[in-house]
Amino acid sequence: MRHRLRFLTGLILTGLILAALPPRPTLAGQAPAGANPSADERVALLRRELDALRQEYATRMAAIEEKLAAIEAARAAAPTPAAAAPAEPAPPPPAVAQAAPATASKVFNPDMAAIGNFVGAAGESPGGGEPSLNMQEAELSFQAVVDPYARADFFVTLSPEEVALEEGYITFTALPGGFLTKVGRMRDAFGKVNGMHPHTMPWVDRPLVTRNLTGGEDGLADAGISVARLIPNPWLFLEATGQVYQGRSAIFQAPTRGDLAWVGHLRAYQDLGESTNVDLGGSIAYGHNGLTADTTTRLLGVDATLRWKPLRRSIYTHFLARGELTWSRAEEEAGSLGALGGYGYLEYQFARRWTGGVRYDSSERALAPGLRDTGGSFLVTFRPSEFSLVRAQYRRTSLADADQPFNELLFQLQFAIGAHGAHPF
Amino acid sequence: MRFPSVVALALLAAAPPTGAAVNVVATTEDLADLTRQVGGDRVKVEAIARGYQDPHFVEAKPSFILKLAKADLLVAVGRELEVGWLPPLVQQSRNSRIQPGADGYLDASLTVRILEIPTGQITRAMGDVHPLGNPHYWLDPGNGRHIAKAIADKLSRMAPADAAYFAARYADFDRRLAEAEKRWDALMAPYKGLKVVTYHRSWPNFVDRFGLDVIGYVEPRPGIPPSPGHTLDLIAEMKRQGVKILIVEPYFDLKTPNSIARETGARVLVLPPSVGGDKDITDFIALFDHDVDLLVRTIKETGAK
Repeated sequence: MRHRLRFLTGLILTGLILAALPPRPTLAGQAPAGANPSADERVALLRRELDALRQEYATRMAAIEEKLAAIEAARAAAPTPAAAAPAEPAPPPPAVAQAAPATASKVFNPDMAAIGNFVGAAGESPGGGEPSLNMQEAELSFQAVVDPYARADFFVTLSPEEVALEEGYITFTALPGGFLTKVGRMRDAFGKVNGMHPHTMPWVDRPLVTRNLTGGEDGLADAGISVARLIPNPWLFLEATGQVYQGRSAIFQAPTRGDLAWVGHLRAYQDLGESTNVDLGGSIAYGHNGLTADTTTRLLGVDATLRWKPLRRSIYTHFLARGELTWSRAEEEAGSLGALGGYGYLEYQFARRWTGGVRYDSSERALAPGLRDTGGSFLVTFRPSEFSLVRAQYRRTSLADADQPFNELLFQLQFAIGAHGAHPF
Repeated sequence: MRFPSVVALALLAAAPPTGAAVNVVATTEDLADLTRQVGGDRVKVEAIARGYQDPHFVEAKPSFILKLAKADLLVAVGRELEVGWLPPLVQQSRNSRIQPGADGYLDASLTVRILEIPTGQITRAMGDVHPLGNPHYWLDPGNGRHIAKAIADKLSRMAPADAAYFAARYADFDRRLAEAEKRWDALMAPYKGLKVVTYHRSWPNFVDRFGLDVIGYVEPRPGIPPSPGHTLDLIAEMKRQGVKILIVEPYFDLKTPNSIARETGARVLVLPPSVGGDKDITDFIALFDHDVDLLVRTIKETGAK
């Protein structure tokens, strides 16, 4: 058996070397074209060629011998139930099929995924609103490790109207001092919902408070630098995040280069047993609002989340309660305007693939604080698998400047292909 | 062979620890126990997933970030079992020692026997397939030995002063495991080729090791909940082949398995696939003690062949 293997190896090896020869840019080819190399040069050339071949033979031989040893060891170690187990386990053969040379370059391709978000809407819409049938967006993600010090994440959104960089940043995962640092374009670390991508939201739409106070349809995102550090303490998880942005987002419009926007966020998390936990946050954002040369907007936010998920039945049921309050103080020429808004949300998973939810919205408008919009939603989500979902949302919106409430039915179909992303928490 | 290793162990145990304990976080209780087996009192081990929860769907709680932040070594199952929750935890741990590729990151699957590595084209039409092979590989005691060896080697590199201690602990574990394997093999020997059905594809290494034959799954595809059509097909197939044992992991709903059992006369057997899955499963060897005992008892009671 062993002899046959050796013979086979030799044969394969010879074949490999022969096969490797022709396409290789031969060393002879490196001689200047047209020049007639002298005999000495030719000998030197041949010698170099021979050396290269010898080296290649040695490395290939070593590789094959290693593989053979692994295969033989694995055969020896293969569990024959009756036999006593070997004292020293030998490494089994490489379990992943060796990538063919042609695909080896793909090994370093980033993890890629595309998420489609199709939204349908029916009923009376409060001014514009969602179209009846709309491929709202497709999000493409590219994520990979850059080097031993950092990783990079890109999220590109494609909609019928535009291509946008939703987020694109590098994360330094191993800076000294425990500073988790991100540089690039990011969603501001302001509260909970602002950090969510559309496909991780538990609703079809964002709450009214997002539209009225924190940046319209898509929330706050900008280019800047984010630093987050854990605050060591014996009691709970405490993380402080500080961010500085160029000041060009839906709320902040820096008139000059020096007028940066700042965001601070403090997150406290504590397990109350293995099934239940609380997550509290406080946020502050500050920057020029562009209404005049030196007017600013200040946002304050608090958020609270209570989660319950029994571990033994974790794929079948969970409960989540979340509330966020945001207070905005926007300066304008005449003075400053304060506005308050928020939402409350309850979610219950009642079967492996089914989740129900209810949300209450209430928010003043940033620049017209007297006007308060309110709304309520009922939601049902069905997840055929981890990679798709169908959602229905009944939404009733009462706008401060409209006589009657608007009743709408929203439908969402979301589907993901590509790399398996992290589950949202 | 046995005597010297016991003596060596006793001597080493008597010696005071040479350095600070290595801080280890393991993603599952199985890996945590194997680390304890070889690490003894020279390691401090914590597990993330509990033995009674579905290891595919662990929540990435910030409290785990705190554990990872302090870890010298992270031992992971790998093969994308933890793909939904471990990467964000490791990224936020701010711990350069345990990032994938660093010295303190040990993928326990690299030195074991992996089954069900897909060949050819795979798509998610096949369900939530694991492209790198079945990640439930610790359910073969032989693989447990490989994992323990890999952990012992890793610990020895991290704490060279304790290398002899780890080697002796490993030798002792190896001996106890070999003895237990003889026991399990003897118990299971009469049931070679016994046909069973399982809920999820958690058991290929287990059935391969003990010579059982899985003829179907309650899940129509991995990770996809049971469908009526598939359940009917499965019932017909179980009747045709006379299957009497239906193995269910403790974190799955028993409704469909119970109705299959009613139709076919098979017995539903809740079999924990992990350390900590039941009160008496306190370590890796106890896991197989528990499962093999329960399986053999059920086989006898049902008269399955």
